[in-house]
Amino acid sequence: MEFLTSILTITIRAGTSLTVATIGEILTERSGTLNLGVEGIMLMGALSAFATVFYSHSLVLGFLVAIGIGGLLALLHAFLTTTMRANHVVSGLSITLFGTGFSSFLGQRLGPATNNFRLVGLRAERVVPLDSAWIKQIPLLSAFLNQDIITYSVYLLLPLSWFFLYKTRPGLWLRAVGEHPQTADAMGIDVTKIRYLYTVIGGMLIALGGAHLSLSYTPGWSENITGGRGWIVIALVIFSMWNPARAVWGALLFGGINAVQFRLQASGTSIPANFLNMLPYVGTIAVLVLMTWWEALSKKVGAPAALGTSYMREDK
Amino acid sequence: MRFLFEKRKSTSVPALILVPIVSFLVSLVLTAVLLGVFGANPFRTFAAMAVGAFGSSHGFAETLVKAIPLMLTGLGVAIAFKIKFWNIGAEGQLTMGGVAAAGVALFGERLFPGHSLLFCALLGGLVAGALWAGIPALFKTSLKVDETLVTLMMNYIAILYSEFLYYGPWRDPKGYGFPGSRMFSADAWLPRIMGRAHAGIWVALALAILLWIVLKRTRWGFELQIIGASQKAARYQGIAVERNVVLAVVLSGALCGLAGAFEVTGISHRLQQGLSIGYGYTAIIVAWMSQLNPLAVPFVALALAALAVGGDQVQMMMGLPASMGVVMQGLILFPMLAGSLFTEYRLNVVRTEQKAACPDPVKE
Repeated sequence: MEFLTSILTITIRAGTSLTVATIGEILTERSGTLNLGVEGIMLMGALSAFATVFYSHSLVLGFLVAIGIGGLLALLHAFLTTTMRANHVVSGLSITLFGTGFSSFLGQRLGPATNNFRLVGLRAERVVPLDSAWIKQIPLLSAFLNQDIITYSVYLLLPLSWFFLYKTRPGLWLRAVGEHPQTADAMGIDVTKIRYLYTVIGGMLIALGGAHLSLSYTPGWSENITGGRGWIVIALVIFSMWNPARAVWGALLFGGINAVQFRLQASGTSIPANFLNMLPYVGTIAVLVLMTWWEALSKKVGAPAALGTSYMREDK
Repeated sequence: MRFLFEKRKSTSVPALILVPIVSFLVSLVLTAVLLGVFGANPFRTFAAMAVGAFGSSHGFAETLVKAIPLMLTGLGVAIAFKIKFWNIGAEGQLTMGGVAAAGVALFGERLFPGHSLLFCALLGGLVAGALWAGIPALFKTSLKVDETLVTLMMNYIAILYSEFLYYGPWRDPKGYGFPGSRMFSADAWLPRIMGRAHAGIWVALALAILLWIVLKRTRWGFELQIIGASQKAARYQGIAVERNVVLAVVLSGALCGLAGAFEVTGISHRLQQGLSIGYGYTAIIVAWMSQLNPLAVPFVALALAALAVGGDQVQMMMGLPASMGVVMQGLILFPMLAGSLFTEYRLNVVRTEQKAACPDPVKE
């Protein structure tokens, strides 16, 4: 039981950044905007949060800066895809390419002179998970409770975003814009405004996920800290069929894969480390194929119908 | 006053040429601002970059060294994007091409005597890249599995696999712990033309022209154009969409695989670290800046290679991070994306007071 609890604790910790970012991307895609810039935004979020905390010693400020940067990058994507009608795929890829390059550039430039202007290898204040002795005595449940504040916010965010999307009027508007912008427009919903709004909110959450990586999950900042997590997030959105309530399962699954990989590596298995490191990527492909296959069989379509298309009223 | 976008009857040719050039200039200005913020003199930096990339025969040869893989992967990405198959797996296809070519060169010496070894190594790389791209293509056409994710995930798998090989079973026992295979026999070396630049440049240029002819002048190219414009329309025309998509993507992967094979047979002469250094991602920029036109690819590839070589130069001379070049490459795409609207649309400024007189253009 203790072993299971410890695995579950690591799983939830690893799954936190994935879940926050997945909810962000679900909100974005529900508006019809496909944002493939997740990896780049997470990288910039991780970098800006770490650099801010290193210099200001304020965790709150670190998260706020990351959220702001994420919002700005998403705003750029919203401008390109909504106003300039650029291709969603290529615009998102540019954000990722830019974020990857720029975060690595800043990571070699923003550090203190004593560390050769690098940020790598430095220590800053961290978000500490709750570590209460008496909670530890409760098996399994303690894995959920002995977590940090971001994980706790995810516990809140999950039901709230589900409720918002399916039970409120603005949630209905959001879904309408993603499904059929023409109809939404005719109903008097401002398609452009909605797309801007939720792409930016989505970008903020995605960056928050990145910030969680550098401020809590790993012991500091390193180049390419996400290691493809941004892309796994995009797979998780498909896996959860654009429903925030299901986002948690996918994130737990991938957090679990990480935990197992970690455990196996620590136990000194004969499987070469490179093959163990392939697990999350092979897992993503497998889940994606199974999920698509299942969707085709059950004739369920999860994706918003207008996903990845720019809406232009003049076009018709 | 209101701004309205009106669809052009045909794509504007001046816009098609101007937009990439203006984008390049805008990215220069943005980078200059960035350099200024970090206390470096932008003009001196750009001058150093230009001198580094073109100022000496060594610099120019290094620019060519980077341009060759960018041309091939750029062509590969362009043909896949043409049919709206978002292949972002060029990096993995290049890596697998390099791995396969190295495998043939290392273990095929007995089987393929003389220079047939080089030929078979290149062929091996080509086939490996094609197969690596074939997997997501089949997933896409048979089950509609999202290709962006599968191609990208396969990059990580390919890179981890190549690392496994050169750190593990293929590692040179006499290499003093250096992560890499032993050197190929000279039969598998691609001839060089200038510095480290190798004969692959001629192949890449020939393929660019060939691909342009195929896309513009053959029936298959025409079918691909229709599929790219609308899969539905293509089906009504009786075009075998699935088969053509798989063929085009396999061709795309083959070009990337060949790029990898050239890297190991032309540059490193062994499988080692540094095979995958991001050419496959820069290829996306190459393809998009070329507006998916194969004839434009060599020029854009050369320009982006010059940025990368210039970036390295700046790192050595002025202590700026080499990722400066990557940042610049990333910055080119944003103005490019914003500007491409003008190739398809015309901007109309409508004065508000005129609105009463003429019918609302929205409702036409």
